[in-house]
Amino acid sequence: MNKKISVAMFSLLCLLSFWILAGCSKKEAPTEAQPSAPATTAAPAASATPIDPATVASVSGAVKLEGAAPKASKIDMSQDPACKGANTAETILADGGSLANVFVYVKEGLGDRTFPVPSQAVTIDQQGCKYHPHVLGAMVGQNIEIKNDDPTTHNIHPTPQANREWNESQPPQAAPIDKSFAREEIMLPVKCNQHPWMRMYINVVKSPFYAVTGPDGKYEIKGLPPGDYTIAFVQEKLGEQTQKVTLAAKDSKTADQTFKAQ
Amino acid sequence: MNLKSLATPYNRAHHRFAVFTACATFVLIIAGALVTSNDAGLSIPDWPTSFGSFNVPPLHGGIKYEWSHRAIAGSIIVLTISIATWTWFADRRRWMKWLGVAALGTVITQAILGGLTVLLFQPPWVSSAHAAVGQTFFCIAVTIAMFTGRRWVEEVPQIEFDSRRPSLFTLTLLSIFVLYAQLILGAMFRHHGMSWWPHVANAAIVGFVLTWTAIRVLWQFSKIEAVRRPAIVLVSLMIVQLCLGFIAFQTRVAWGRDAVQPELPMVISTVAHVAVGALLLATAVVLAIQVWRQVPVSFEEPVPGRTRKPVAA
Repeated sequence: MNKKISVAMFSLLCLLSFWILAGCSKKEAPTEAQPSAPATTAAPAASATPIDPATVASVSGAVKLEGAAPKASKIDMSQDPACKGANTAETILADGGSLANVFVYVKEGLGDRTFPVPSQAVTIDQQGCKYHPHVLGAMVGQNIEIKNDDPTTHNIHPTPQANREWNESQPPQAAPIDKSFAREEIMLPVKCNQHPWMRMYINVVKSPFYAVTGPDGKYEIKGLPPGDYTIAFVQEKLGEQTQKVTLAAKDSKTADQTFKAQ
Repeated sequence: MNLKSLATPYNRAHHRFAVFTACATFVLIIAGALVTSNDAGLSIPDWPTSFGSFNVPPLHGGIKYEWSHRAIAGSIIVLTISIATWTWFADRRRWMKWLGVAALGTVITQAILGGLTVLLFQPPWVSSAHAAVGQTFFCIAVTIAMFTGRRWVEEVPQIEFDSRRPSLFTLTLLSIFVLYAQLILGAMFRHHGMSWWPHVANAAIVGFVLTWTAIRVLWQFSKIEAVRRPAIVLVSLMIVQLCLGFIAFQTRVAWGRDAVQPELPMVISTVAHVAVGALLLATAVVLAIQVWRQVPVSFEEPVPGRTRKPVAA
């Protein structure tokens, strides 16, 4: 009799564990810092530090790659017939030495200033089984709208260090997914486990003073109050470099940067 | 009532079913290795459902690996329930009944760990535990197949005492221990919880211990077929495994570090490395059990009159 009770208890425990886990797999809240409403809200303006528009300065420049750029790796998309995108990787894009996809931002010098969160969302589009853009900048709490324009299902899986991890699938023609990140984090990787070559980086910063270099390697950061700043240039593979810049009122300075090919 | 007793008749159907379960488990281990090697573990974000349903999803990209793994795992649970129930009612040996229950408990633990690895986004310790418990279950399935076999049930053990120290049985236990440690270190590396070097460093220890064990068997007890055969298989698999480990290291760490996606040579060599590792661990367990059965440890016991006499453990 005792044996039967033991077996019954063991079976019951197993069943309970199974259902507890099944319960855990229910969909999580759509965002960690904001509800899934469209990007129409902004942080309270009262908390933002005012900037005199008459004195604002700007910094711009070009990011170069010194040395031969590595040959872009080929991507094999044959495991999903619905994937018909460009089949080269975007790890290092350097056309004629101009380095694209470098995230440039003001790392130091803004002090305790706070800035309103833009009400407009930034967009990630999955198209040709690739992320567009490959490198994205967003402010802390800003809505990120994720779309799927491919005829296949993707899963969007950020793997942050400072923010909460999530993983959601998005079938073709599904409604956009709205997300935001609560903490600053540079080069936060996002991947699709269904298509392992799909990878992009989101950069979450506290200020609106950031840019991503285009195919010509150029960037521009406008609207900065006068001051001494450290500008950081971050590339997913080549790492981070910094440069000190002093901006007077209405200054327009150039800060070029060069990475060495590894 | 012990492992050496002949308390149950040979049941061919039961044995064949146990062998089938063990073989299916080996297929499951390969399917699991394919999931990890293709970085497809989270291609289905929910569990136990797949995209909110129990229906078959479109099997493209990483989904085909993950869903196939889940489907085979589900089948293994059914097979395990069947073998445990069959053993409970058909096998007279009480310890065999409980071995069947242990197999069921292990496979349920494994399923829960598989669910946790998805729901918690593959924390290295959970994913590594999933890998380790999976191979533990494979070893249990192999031992059930062995214990239900005609040789185990009907043959009289060919006993030879072992008086050397460390005893051969101790060496076989040490072999299982270092192989298990190697399994955990390898899993931690594959799941990004640890660098590669502890796994590579421990490979040297595994090589030494397994070679020592095999040499002891072949040198001292080569007449006993039940221990000679697993020892030869053990050392052969170890050589294959070391070669596969080298290839897997080259394709993953040396050449594949900057790969934009899992490449075929890396996938093939890593999956083969995991599969042969599972066979190696199961062989070490079989060898340990056969040594325990066929080569009991003798120890010297002081007796009056300063004479010493070997006594079976």
